[in-house]
Amino acid sequence: MALPNKPVGELKAVKDPEVVEKEVDILIVGGGMAACGTAFEIKKWLQPGQTVLLCDKAAMERSGAVAQGLSAINTYVGENAPEDYVRMVRNDLMGLVREDLIFDLGCHVDDSVHLFEEWGLPIWKKSAEGKNLDGKKGLAMGSLKKGAKPVRTGKWQIMINGESYKRVVAEAAKKALGTDNIIERCFIVELLLDANKPNTIAGAVGFSVRENKVYIIKCKTMMVACGGAVNIYQPRSVGEGKGRAWYPVWNAGSTYTMCMKVGAELSMMENRFTPARFKDGYGPVGAWFLLFKAKTLNGLGENFAGSDAAKKELEKYAPYGTAAITPTCLRNHLMLFEMKEGRGPIIMDTVTALATLGKTMDKKELKHLESEAWEDFLDMTCGQANLWCAQDCEPEKKNSEVMPTEPYLLGSHSGCCGLWTSGPDLSWVPDAYKIKADNGKVYNRMTTVNGLFTAGDGVGCSGHKFSSGSHAEGRIAAKQMVRYAKDHASFKPTLKQSKAELVDLVYKPVRTYLANCNYTTAENINPNYIKPNGMMYRLMKATHEYGAGTATYYMTSSKNLEIVMDLLKTMREDCTKLAAGDLHELMRAWEIEHRIWTVEAHLRHIQFRKETRYPGFYYQADYPGQDDKNWFCFVNSKFDPAKKEWSTFKKDYIKLIP
Amino acid sequence: MPSFVIQEKCDGCKGGDKTACMYICPNDLMVLDPTAMKAYNQEPDQCWECFSCVKICPTQAIEVRGYADFVPLGSSIMPMMGTEDVMWTCKFRNGLIKRFKFPIRTTPEGAANAYESLKGKDLESQLLSTEEADGYKMPTPKTV
Repeated sequence: MALPNKPVGELKAVKDPEVVEKEVDILIVGGGMAACGTAFEIKKWLQPGQTVLLCDKAAMERSGAVAQGLSAINTYVGENAPEDYVRMVRNDLMGLVREDLIFDLGCHVDDSVHLFEEWGLPIWKKSAEGKNLDGKKGLAMGSLKKGAKPVRTGKWQIMINGESYKRVVAEAAKKALGTDNIIERCFIVELLLDANKPNTIAGAVGFSVRENKVYIIKCKTMMVACGGAVNIYQPRSVGEGKGRAWYPVWNAGSTYTMCMKVGAELSMMENRFTPARFKDGYGPVGAWFLLFKAKTLNGLGENFAGSDAAKKELEKYAPYGTAAITPTCLRNHLMLFEMKEGRGPIIMDTVTALATLGKTMDKKELKHLESEAWEDFLDMTCGQANLWCAQDCEPEKKNSEVMPTEPYLLGSHSGCCGLWTSGPDLSWVPDAYKIKADNGKVYNRMTTVNGLFTAGDGVGCSGHKFSSGSHAEGRIAAKQMVRYAKDHASFKPTLKQSKAELVDLVYKPVRTYLANCNYTTAENINPNYIKPNGMMYRLMKATHEYGAGTATYYMTSSKNLEIVMDLLKTMREDCTKLAAGDLHELMRAWEIEHRIWTVEAHLRHIQFRKETRYPGFYYQADYPGQDDKNWFCFVNSKFDPAKKEWSTFKKDYIKLIP
Repeated sequence: MPSFVIQEKCDGCKGGDKTACMYICPNDLMVLDPTAMKAYNQEPDQCWECFSCVKICPTQAIEVRGYADFVPLGSSIMPMMGTEDVMWTCKFRNGLIKRFKFPIRTTPEGAANAYESLKGKDLESQLLSTEEADGYKMPTPKTV
């Protein structure tokens, strides 16, 4: 083996790691907003003798999508009706959503926001005169819970000073759960079914990314909440900038893949999100549209979104396109149309927006406005602030480009792919939305596998939860898991695989590497294995070219889908030859395995749905436009873990809220 | 915008119980070279530029430089973390400097109320623990 200047990873992997076996009643997989919600809530319900454990791939203080911070909480119902929250989500997601889950979330989300504020998250307030106060000055107005008015940028969003949002939320979570019940840097990679009871979760396996240690954890019930899927399509920046993903780059589709592999039903995996953001830096545009009232222009300087042509185009997608708020995908659709017609690039007119606002402001207020604009980036996308600095861009003097990103899969932001889960056991919820466990009982947010729960990005058909909603959903799952574990107190989880088999499963990439690495003089090029980095490029190239990536303006076709499914099949086969020489690389090996399965589910759903439900997010060239007659329904899929076969099928949509 | 470690300033956190940047990086990028006792970013093209390592570093040894594939040289942004605020210094390529101060939390670190003594009563209801304690009533939707 050639000696590089520096070893690729400092923490070398060994063939035979230490094995740690644990058994708990409840296992929490993940450490983001949803898992922090679960961690906060669960001990309040825990029955005598019940035990709980949380495993996070990273450190809870800065893990998950909120690691960097946020400048707003996008879901706070407040003075609005939860019915209207359902209507907003339904319209943005082109009609097909689980209204039971969304309404339920709308009933609980504010309680989490009130806790965040109590814990120390600074939330902007309106003064008695109607002026905006930041989170510190706003303290004088009292708390939201006591009736203080937040600063709304839209009907549902409230402004915060959220640099330390995740630290504050994680602090309460860790305190509530107790650090003895938390293992950080433990990456759970496969779920395990019970040996005796069919379709029942019994545990999970994973490893430490810090020590050569494999974890085998048995449990009665489990929540998997590891976020969405990022870096699955070739990003627009392919050098160092690959890391500047819009959603957290470490979200590897683990939620979907791990649950899918044990037979949990997926829903609406065809849905994706390709947010339009400031070009390259991917800084947020929400505050620019909503708070600063900025407009986007095409390359000719025209306000294309307000044109008659745009209105006509949107009418094709009525009632969604003609609603007061244009759905996110259709806003992208209009933008893409301009670009394809040669009227790009798309420009955010920050200069006019700030000048207009400035007309009614004094110098001090203007200075504050400038600060707000910068905070929007510095709180959640620091790199965009640096990009402005590097480009000598002061937004009051120079406009910035906006661009739709590469595709992301998620269920908590403006997307809705994920697992099919049970709604709450309430009389207004239709039976078709209730999943009955083996004992005939209904457990809110349980998947179709007994004892397996999810939350946040994991729950399908219910987007627009964002940070606060994910936290609340994690809390809902917490209570239901305690209830499930209590109702299954006599259940003794039994694993099908031996300890040696499980260690071999988790450490296979290490063993492949060690057995073959001396064959060639350069460790990355070896005919006997493939490194995760190479596999990542292979996945990205395939999705980019065939799977409706940016290369084709998000267009695919039946033939393209046929080809990419074939490529994915060989990728899955070749994943058995992934090689990892160190613990960081072992993490990457498992992540790429998770990404590939998730992408396959995504494309399988697109292939099945013979229409284009989300123009602007993706286009199926053979089936352009929406076909409500045949496709006004959910698409679900299931991988049969015994037969190793997929089935994809329709599921009825039920309208609950007028 | 990958993070980088300034050789002279990094002491490998040898006085601490853990290497701070390695502890915090959400993507497991920061590692300690135990021979040199210096940290480095092992996979710069997977850096989300979240600044977690920059903010936690006890010796201010970590900064970031813009991604080579689209960020011109010469700018920098640097946070200074306080207990209640963060102060950002943003340096433009043309030399212009802007400073911004934002609140980060309104309670002392460690003071978050985890309601450790709160116990839920009705496991069969849909109410969360604090909702139950507050006497919250869940609305029923007006359905079609």
